Amino acid sequence: MRIDFTQVPVPVPTPETEHFWAGTLVGELRLQQCIDCQTTYFPPRPFCPTCASRAIEIVCASGRGSLASYVINQRPHPAFDGPYAIALVELEEGVRMMSNLLNIEQTPDALILDMPLQVTLQPLSDDIVLPYFEPRGSRS
Amino acid sequence: MSRGEVAIVGAAETTELGRIPHMSQIQLHADAALNALADAGLGISDIDGVATAGESPTGVAHYLGITPNWVDGTAVGGCSFMLHVRHAVAAIESGLCRCVLITHGESGRSNVGRGGRVSAASSLQGQFESPYGGMGPTTIFTLPVLRFLKETGTTLAEMASVAVSQRQWAGKNPRATLKTPITVDEVLNDRMIAYPFTRSQCCLVTDGGGALILVAADRAEDFPHKPVYILGTGESTETPMISQMADLTTSKAFKVSGARAFSEAGIDHGAVDHLMIYDAFAHLPLYGLEDLGFCGRGEAGAFIAEGNTLPGGRLPMNTNGGGLSYMHSGMYGMYALQESVRQVRGTAAAQVDAVDVSVCHGVGGMFAASGTVIMGSSATR
Ligand SMILES: [Zn+2]
Repeated sequence: MRIDFTQVPVPVPTPETEHFWAGTLVGELRLQQCIDCQTTYFPPRPFCPTCASRAIEIVCASGRGSLASYVINQRPHPAFDGPYAIALVELEEGVRMMSNLLNIEQTPDALILDMPLQVTLQPLSDDIVLPYFEPRGSRS
Repeated sequence: MSRGEVAIVGAAETTELGRIPHMSQIQLHADAALNALADAGLGISDIDGVATAGESPTGVAHYLGITPNWVDGTAVGGCSFMLHVRHAVAAIESGLCRCVLITHGESGRSNVGRGGRVSAASSLQGQFESPYGGMGPTTIFTLPVLRFLKETGTTLAEMASVAVSQRQWAGKNPRATLKTPITVDEVLNDRMIAYPFTRSQCCLVTDGGGALILVAADRAEDFPHKPVYILGTGESTETPMISQMADLTTSKAFKVSGARAFSEAGIDHGAVDHLMIYDAFAHLPLYGLEDLGFCGRGEAGAFIAEGNTLPGGRLPMNTNGGGLSYMHSGMYGMYALQESVRQVRGTAAAQVDAVDVSVCHGVGGMFAASGTVIMGSSATR
């Protein structure tokens, strides 16, 4: 499966998500953590979704996660050259992200729930670098 | 909420269902509303409260010539109409209005006069979900299911039996879109849409509408049909982002909404004669049966596969054929409510014997919201 990165809908950051996209631009997957209750959370917001504290800080994720669930879409999409998996990835830090899976066959036999994954960053434009995931140990 | 203090006295769908290219979306609202008024023996001037989703209540009220005392435009997806029922009960009980009209109309197939629904690129979905190739509900609503199957031990064949069971009900319903019986093998070998969902495990895409009329119970006997009393209701929301469900194998909104409705109605599951669980996709009845407490964890798949929800089974479910076989315009909740009303009235195409309690459970968005309505006959009021 190949992705035509010129056809991927490009995210538009808001003031609350700017740090995330600034992070991927420099090779970091940034999450947020509550200083009061230690919850690590995603997607970005300037307060803790567990205790509502505004005392939060930005933390860098390890980039390691595992495959929580997925579907394999069979219908054509301009950014993909064939059937492709839309995946949910559980990060080590306890948050979940949607993504696609690179450097692996897009089949039920290849995509095994709970398989270890690692983040890989792909530029969509000069300003936006999008996180994807691939099997851990891949060299992309 | 007081139990049984408000009743549904008018209920109808659009004259036609399926492919209706000669009607705009707002006219589908009006066609259903006029049919519901005729069903209740009421005129338009009797309506003083309007609730709707998909169109604005202002637009629907004006189109129908109503100047309301009360409006509700709660729009949380396909279960919005369950929430409208709940809010209408509160409004009528507290005297804000006397007679509420709830309308739904959707040109889901023909797209005549229907607005768009795309997330902005700056919304959280636009930033953190849309780049990954989701193409609407078939690829997003379906995302949690492999986790559900793994955690609960439910099989793909058991999930396929949802579509098989509902097709059996649809076969008894002349208005159903798909009536030909199917087998589990046929469901599993049907065209793949988004693995593991084949075409027959995804909802239909059709046009249609429906409307309900509610009044206080003390005058509900004065109408042409058997009143259908509202015994209990519930509502909740979880997240607009499927990736952020707290647990991919259970819906928080289902649990909160369902438990609230049961506690208001003061009944236990054994009292339920008939059940509707909004089925945009085949996994939803599995989540619904478990999250509403009809089945234990991991038991819903076998429960359906063993035939318990079929005609003659001990818990008849989705008796109009459901979103998989009856119709699905996009916001299916109204059709589930209509079928519960017909079952309690005793007028359904595939009528279940003596329905005194019907539970009607809806989902909004993609596990984003939920609404539950428990209806009863005069025997259970
Ligand atoms: Zn906190």
